[in-house]
Amino acid sequence: MKMSGARIVLESLKREGVDVVFGLPGGAILPIYDALYDFPGPLRHILVRQEAAAGHAAEGYARISGRVGVCVVTSGPAATNLVTALQDAYMDSMPIVAFTGQVATHMIGNDAFQEADNVGITRPCTKHNFLVKDTRDIARAIKEAFHIAATGRPGPVHVDLPKDILIKQAEFDYPETVHLRSYNPTYDGHPGQIRKAARAIMRARRAVLYVGGGVIASDAAPELRELAELCRLPVTTTLMALGAFASDHALSMGMLGMHGGYAANMAVYNSDCLIAVGARFDDRVTGKIDQFAPQAEIIHVDIDPSSISKSVKVHIPIVGDAKRVLVRLMEDLREEGMGQPTSVVREAREQWLRQVAQWQQKHPMRYDWDDELIKPQYVVEEISNLTRGEAIVVTGVGQHQMWAAQHYRFRHPRHWLTSGGLGTMGYGLPAAMGAQVARPDRLVVLIDGDGSFVMNSQELATVVENQMPIKCVIINNGGHGMVRQWQDVIYGGRFQSIDLSASPDFVKLAEAYGAMGIRASKPNEVVPALEKAFAVPGPVVVDVMVDKDELCLPMVPAGGANKDMIMERPNREAKAKAALAQTGF
Amino acid sequence: MNNGQGAKKHTIAVLVENKFGVLSRVAGLFSARGYNIESLSVGETVDPSVSRMTLVVRGDEVVIEQVGKQLHKLIDVIKVTDLTQENHVERELVLMRVNAEPQHRAEVLRVADIFRAKVIDVTPMTLTLEVTGDESKLAAIVELLRPIGIQELVRTGKVAIARGSKTARRRTEERLGKTPDGAPGRRRREEEGSRDPRIAGFVD
Repeated sequence: MKMSGARIVLESLKREGVDVVFGLPGGAILPIYDALYDFPGPLRHILVRQEAAAGHAAEGYARISGRVGVCVVTSGPAATNLVTALQDAYMDSMPIVAFTGQVATHMIGNDAFQEADNVGITRPCTKHNFLVKDTRDIARAIKEAFHIAATGRPGPVHVDLPKDILIKQAEFDYPETVHLRSYNPTYDGHPGQIRKAARAIMRARRAVLYVGGGVIASDAAPELRELAELCRLPVTTTLMALGAFASDHALSMGMLGMHGGYAANMAVYNSDCLIAVGARFDDRVTGKIDQFAPQAEIIHVDIDPSSISKSVKVHIPIVGDAKRVLVRLMEDLREEGMGQPTSVVREAREQWLRQVAQWQQKHPMRYDWDDELIKPQYVVEEISNLTRGEAIVVTGVGQHQMWAAQHYRFRHPRHWLTSGGLGTMGYGLPAAMGAQVARPDRLVVLIDGDGSFVMNSQELATVVENQMPIKCVIINNGGHGMVRQWQDVIYGGRFQSIDLSASPDFVKLAEAYGAMGIRASKPNEVVPALEKAFAVPGPVVVDVMVDKDELCLPMVPAGGANKDMIMERPNREAKAKAALAQTGF
Repeated sequence: MNNGQGAKKHTIAVLVENKFGVLSRVAGLFSARGYNIESLSVGETVDPSVSRMTLVVRGDEVVIEQVGKQLHKLIDVIKVTDLTQENHVERELVLMRVNAEPQHRAEVLRVADIFRAKVIDVTPMTLTLEVTGDESKLAAIVELLRPIGIQELVRTGKVAIARGSKTARRRTEERLGKTPDGAPGRRRREEEGSRDPRIAGFVD
């Protein structure tokens, strides 16, 4: 059947099973919006207020639903606004397909109105991109875009659509299959390598499982738990993998790295076998590289070969999908007689688990209570209690993000959204919208900072318009807390450009948008405020005025070794040492 | 890991889809990741849908491994081969217009003859030479002609090709009584493969 390019785009989305797109119209993309007008769905369009929000919402939707998120924006400034979200999705491996409008093909390169070199700009921040120059190529480009976004290491794919090809007519014939000779991700790990890994795990006396976002992306949480229990391995997760392993499990050590737990960092440092699954040895995880698991034989399972041996030399690399490799690994372990290690090894392992437990007892995640000032960690703890770890938690970027990661008791995969790799402030609210659309049945709690929240607070309009019952809890310390913390600890207390006391009254701001606003200023007001917020049906903003001097601890200064964590408010000597660590680069 | 020690020049052949934007993907990758390209040349292969790039990159083992992996990560890249690891030939082509006043003309022609350069244009005062060769040969002729005066010089960047297919080479080596490299298991498999005429040339 012959139809317009715009209609072909919508029909293709339908074939891909897309039922929601986040977008914002404009000149070059108008044909798509015109086709949407009478498109016999089901295809829901959610109008955001700024284009980056469309991208972040698509990311949130993708991670929570496990499907590809889609956003549609126009050319030029819309495409450049979207760039932040694309890079964010690229670093955190979020499968999204982003459509941008483009000036008509005969105008390209002519400095036309709202023209930008979209594909040139997005090339380094997408997994792949397309500039479609013929209406007949639209369907194939979309098929390939969805295939590339969702397979292998997932990531963002950008499709640039010039206006004239959206208007011209062509035969619609959606390809059934897609074959790209130059793109064949490896899913099954090399059997020989897996066998080697199994033997290394058998030999190990102080093994640690270090788990990243790849475990969530490949839905390998059940296999991860099985492996941990089979070999009695303590588990630490990266920021991206929170929820991949229940935090109340006896083998869970929580998060590792710059703001990770003491036990997790010490266990990795002292381990003799580090099993990294779907993690990429990010600098915020490793700290000083040569002090990261220095004695360990490192096994690295990752679907992206370029992640392996990029920053840390890996002894047993396994390229493959986390889930499939773990299944095969457990088969090998059972065959190799994992149940019967020698008594010496068995005793050493029990000793190791006792050691980990000791570290955990010695330095659990803690904070000092105060009767007058609300401690931010307390707010997260109460959110965790009230939701029993069942909520979908979304964050912005900064201290509140780390407190949420440290103090929320995660129980399920795909219940946590945060901007890990890029650290995009303002990510929270739009990502929460994507989460709420993906799971309308779930309570979505946004834990945000006052600095982060205002970077996309205009999306409250989208939230209210679509009656998304998101609960935004603002950990309000009146400033850019994480920057303040670094200036305090590393830059000798020379505070510069961190004061946000001129922020709006968030209660009134919420009300101005038509949402409910609640404020909590005293510790005893926190629980009632949260209870009320969770009880009412619509969107709520809870403005929690917290202690602005609170530090996010433990902390490893950038460039420092993870074993040298700062555990409590640092004195002058500790600060001097932290300042020196920076030059370790 | 990237300490810059043991940095060596590598010649890397990259087969890519012959599509719009591929060159900028590759060039962009190098600038984004901070790798240095010393030379780059691109052209169509026997199959017009495939282009071949020859890159010369300097780096230690770790960097070169990453270069290969990152190139491979690009969706339009079909195959990456580090030719430095195998027996190969490299060539570059230089065109240069050299001063050739009567007192130097014979000298320029003599040098051109020694290096098997072709004279492709002549004027009363200049000679334009075309010369191909590997890096050291080209460096030598340029140094010889520099004192006479090179008015303009242009070079293509390196292209390189492996000497024969690996299987063909191995068979030849075996005939000559040389043991091929590689693990015994792998060797056996490949030998079996090479006996099957249908898959000759693909076993590598």
